[in-house]
Amino acid sequence: MRTSSAAGTAASTAPSLLRVTDLRIGIRRRRGDDTVIVDDVSFDIAAGQRFGVVGESGSGKSLTLRAIADLLPKGVEVLSGSILYDGRELVGMPGAERRRLMGPEIAMIFQEPMTALNPVVRVGDQIAEGPRRHLGLSKRTAHALAVEMMAKTGIPDPERRSRAYAHELSGGLRQRIMIAMAVSCSPRLLLCDEPTTALDVTVQHQVLRVLEDLCADTGTALAFVTHDLAVVNQTCTSMAVMYSGRIAESGSVVEVLSNPRHPYTRGLLDSAPDFDQPDRQLIPIAGFPPSVTGRPAGCAFAPRCPFAVERCRTAVPPREEITPGHDTACFESERIFAGVPA
Amino acid sequence: MTAARQDATQDSTDVLRVADLTKVYPLHSPVISRLTRGGARDGQLRALDGVDLELRRGEILALVGESGSGKSTLAKILVGGQTATSGSVHHDGHPMPAHRDRDQRRRIQMVFQDPYSSLNPRISVGSMLRELLLLHRVVPRRDVRAESVRLLNLVGLEEDALEAYPSQFSGGQRQRLAIARALAVRPDVLIADEPVSALDVSVQATILELFASLQRELGLSILFVAHNLAVVQHLSHRVAVMYLGRIVEVAETAELFANPRHPYTRALIDSIPRMSVGSINEEFVLEGEPPSPFDVPAGCRFHPRCPYATDACRTTDPALADVAREHRSACLHASDLDAFDAAPDPRRSLEFGSPTTANLERVATTTTVTTTKDRSTSA
Repeated sequence: MRTSSAAGTAASTAPSLLRVTDLRIGIRRRRGDDTVIVDDVSFDIAAGQRFGVVGESGSGKSLTLRAIADLLPKGVEVLSGSILYDGRELVGMPGAERRRLMGPEIAMIFQEPMTALNPVVRVGDQIAEGPRRHLGLSKRTAHALAVEMMAKTGIPDPERRSRAYAHELSGGLRQRIMIAMAVSCSPRLLLCDEPTTALDVTVQHQVLRVLEDLCADTGTALAFVTHDLAVVNQTCTSMAVMYSGRIAESGSVVEVLSNPRHPYTRGLLDSAPDFDQPDRQLIPIAGFPPSVTGRPAGCAFAPRCPFAVERCRTAVPPREEITPGHDTACFESERIFAGVPA
Repeated sequence: MTAARQDATQDSTDVLRVADLTKVYPLHSPVISRLTRGGARDGQLRALDGVDLELRRGEILALVGESGSGKSTLAKILVGGQTATSGSVHHDGHPMPAHRDRDQRRRIQMVFQDPYSSLNPRISVGSMLRELLLLHRVVPRRDVRAESVRLLNLVGLEEDALEAYPSQFSGGQRQRLAIARALAVRPDVLIADEPVSALDVSVQATILELFASLQRELGLSILFVAHNLAVVQHLSHRVAVMYLGRIVEVAETAELFANPRHPYTRALIDSIPRMSVGSINEEFVLEGEPPSPFDVPAGCRFHPRCPYATDACRTTDPALADVAREHRSACLHASDLDAFDAAPDPRRSLEFGSPTTANLERVATTTTVTTTKDRSTSA
C-alpha cells in the first residue's frame, strides 16, 4: 500500500542539531552493577527535522527525552554516552549553563498540561516568563508576545485568556498554552513527551496541526515521543522504535512503517487496528515486555519473537544499516524479511 | 428463576433498551465563592439529555464521543451504579428499577478502564472469584474451584493464577482478570468502559480478540465505550456517537464510517490519525472546543462548531430520526450533506486513482487486494 520513496534521506546528510551517542541511563549503584534502563541509544536530529520515538510503556522513550532536557527523575542519571547539542556536550555541563539553553534553544512539552503549569500564576504571565528572562524583554512587550503566541496556537480570544488560570481552561487549551510557552523563545529543538495522549481525537488533531505549522514557520526541530504509530506517521519525517531500553529500528517514517525490518516493529504494526484496513486480522505480540531488572540476555525481544534462533538468546544484536538511513538491530532481519518486497 | 425470565422474552431482540434517559447533576457552588462573588447561582450539569438507545442480543455496540459527552455516565446508569434523573432502562423487556435486586444486578456487569485500580490488591484471584460465585450461588460450593479455573481458562489465564494477587500480573492480564470477574456471575450484558485505552498497543489486540470471542462463543451482548475509532471499527457491529449528552448518530459500523450522516461523526472520522496518510488531514477540522455540559447551546447542540449550520440549526433541536435502514442521525441536514470522502489520501490516490466514492469499505478492500497482488507478483 505504501511506496518507499527517497523522502527522509535528505535529512540525514544535513549537519545534526542534536547528536545522541551510546547513551546509557540508569541508577548508579555503589558496588558497580548499575541498573541500566536505557542502553546504547544513538540518534541524530538535524535542524528542522521531525523525529519520532515510538515504544510501549517502559521502553525508555520518555527517559531518553528527559535526559536531553536534564529532567531525569531523582536517582536516575546518565551513566555514560554523550548528548551533543549544536556541538556542545550536555552531559556534565554545569547546571546554570544548561538552564540558559532551556527555553531559547531547547524547550519541552509534557503529556499532562495541568501538572506542568503553575496553578497560581496567570497563564499569560507563565508564557511571558521565558521571553523576559532569556530575551530580556520588558514586562509589556513580553506580555504582548505571550498574547501573540497564544493567538498563533489557535487560542480564541487570547487577550482575555491570558489572564486566566490553568484550571479555568479545558485540556486542549491548556496544551496549547504549554505549546505557546515552549515556543515563545523560538527554540531550535522542541521535545514533546506524548503531547496529545490525554486529549480527545478532535483536539489532538488541532494540536498536531498547530505543532506542524509552528515548526514549519520557525524551522524548529521536533523530538516527538508517543506510543501511537499513526501519530508519528502524521507528524514526523524520521523515527526510531524503542524496545526494552534500546533502539530496535530507525529510519525515515515511510521506510520504517512500510518496510519494517525488525520483528517488533512488524508486531506493532500487525497488532494495532488500522482505520484504513478494517477487515485485517489483528495479530498480537505474544507475551509482554520484560521488566527493567528482568531483561533477558541477548536480544530483549527474543522471548516474544517468533523468528528467534539460538544466537538471539545469547548475543545482543548490533544496529546495522540495511539501506542508507534505515537500520535495525536484528540478526535475522535478512532471513525474515527476504520475501518482502522493498 | 432465570430460565423463566429468559423464556418470556426470547423473541425480543433488544437485551437493553434505554428511552429518554436524562441525568442531571445539581451543582452547589462552594460557600467561599458564594460569599466572595456575591452569590454565584447553583447550576445544573446535564450529563445525559434524552438518550434513546438499544443494545441487541449478541451484538457489540460501540459508544463513542469526546470526554464530557456522557458516555461513562450512561455506562454507570446501565450497570446500576447511578440512578437516572428521568427516563427508563428496560432489560429483556422488563423495566429496571432504580434499586436493583441481586439477580438484576447480576445480569449486567462492567469492566473498567484502569485494571490497576479496579482490582483489590489484597485479595487473591481465587478468593475474588469464590466470593462472587458463592454470593450469587452460581455453582454449588464443591464446584467453586472448578468453576474458577473454567473462568480463568475462558479469559486465557492458567489455573496457577488462583493463588496469585493482582500485583503479580501485567496490565493486560489484570484486564483479563477483571473480565473473568465480570463473567463469573454469568451476565448477559457486559459493559466495558474504555477497557483497552490504558493498555499498550501489543496487548490491546489480545484483549480485543478476547471480547470478540466472548461475544461469538457465549453470545454475550457488549456495550463497548471507547474513543479510539480504529478500535471501534475493528470490533463492533454497530456504533452510537454521543455528543454533549445525546446520541447524535447510530448505524451499523461499516455504514457509519462509509456514509456518516452527522457532521460531528464526519469530524471525528477526519480527526483519526491515519497510517496511510502522509500528513495531517486538512479537509475538515472542528473549530473550537467541545462546549461544556453546564451550558448546552440552544437549537442543535453541535451548531456552534458545525460548518454546515444554518439559521434553522440555531433554533431547532433535531431529534434522532431514520435516514436510511438501520441508520439514525440527529441532524436537520442529514439527507442533504455532500457525499463523504472518507479517504483523502494523496499517496493512495496516486496509486489507485482518486477514491471519490463515499464507500470507504470498498476503497479499503480494493487497497488491500491490490497490495497482495503487488506482493505476489514481485516476490
